[in-house]
Amino acid sequence: MKNRLKVLRAERNWSQQTLASRLGVSRQSVNAIETGRYDPSLPLAFTIADVFGMAIEEIFLRE
Amino acid sequence: MSQCASPAIKRYVRRLAVLMTLYLLILFATKWIFDAAQPSGTLAYALAVAPALPLIGVFWAVMRLLMEETDEYIRLLFVRQCLFATGFCLTVVTIWQWLQNFDLVPPGNGGFGAAFFWFLGLGLGAVFNRVTMGDWGNLW
Repeated sequence: MKNRLKVLRAERNWSQQTLASRLGVSRQSVNAIETGRYDPSLPLAFTIADVFGMAIEEIFLRE
Repeated sequence: MSQCASPAIKRYVRRLAVLMTLYLLILFATKWIFDAAQPSGTLAYALAVAPALPLIGVFWAVMRLLMEETDEYIRLLFVRQCLFATGFCLTVVTIWQWLQNFDLVPPGNGGFGAAFFWFLGLGLGAVFNRVTMGDWGNLW
């Protein structure tokens, strides 16, 4: 699944570690999601959406 | 383990350190008692099984880690490592069994039990993770 995580993170000038801390996950997890190697669970996707103040479908896109 | 390891990983490392220390102490004590006193009967059985107990404890520690790790991606890496290790271990002992069935290898296993191959499989599972997912995982 494609996502806009890297762009949204860059817009806020957050490092992967910063985002990871806000999400309560490891930097490895953020990197894996950003690069499309791992699709997050629905609860984590909701947490990501909450952190960015957006809807899930604005962050995660259909292939 | 990195300094940013999760609380679950830190607990796993502590448990592993205790269990491995116990394993070494029990292993050397058991070997010494068997060499020095040649125990028999129930005591011999109990002593022979004793070194297995900390190893069984490691299986418990791995299970606890899988239950306690809250980072779903890291947990996925651990689960993949365990599945790889289980498949590797079963493959090795199954092949060895059939080689023995046709008397192509000597009886016994040279002291290398299933646990040895499972732990070896964990290491190979980390390599499998690195190749297929880009991350090692930390379960070894």
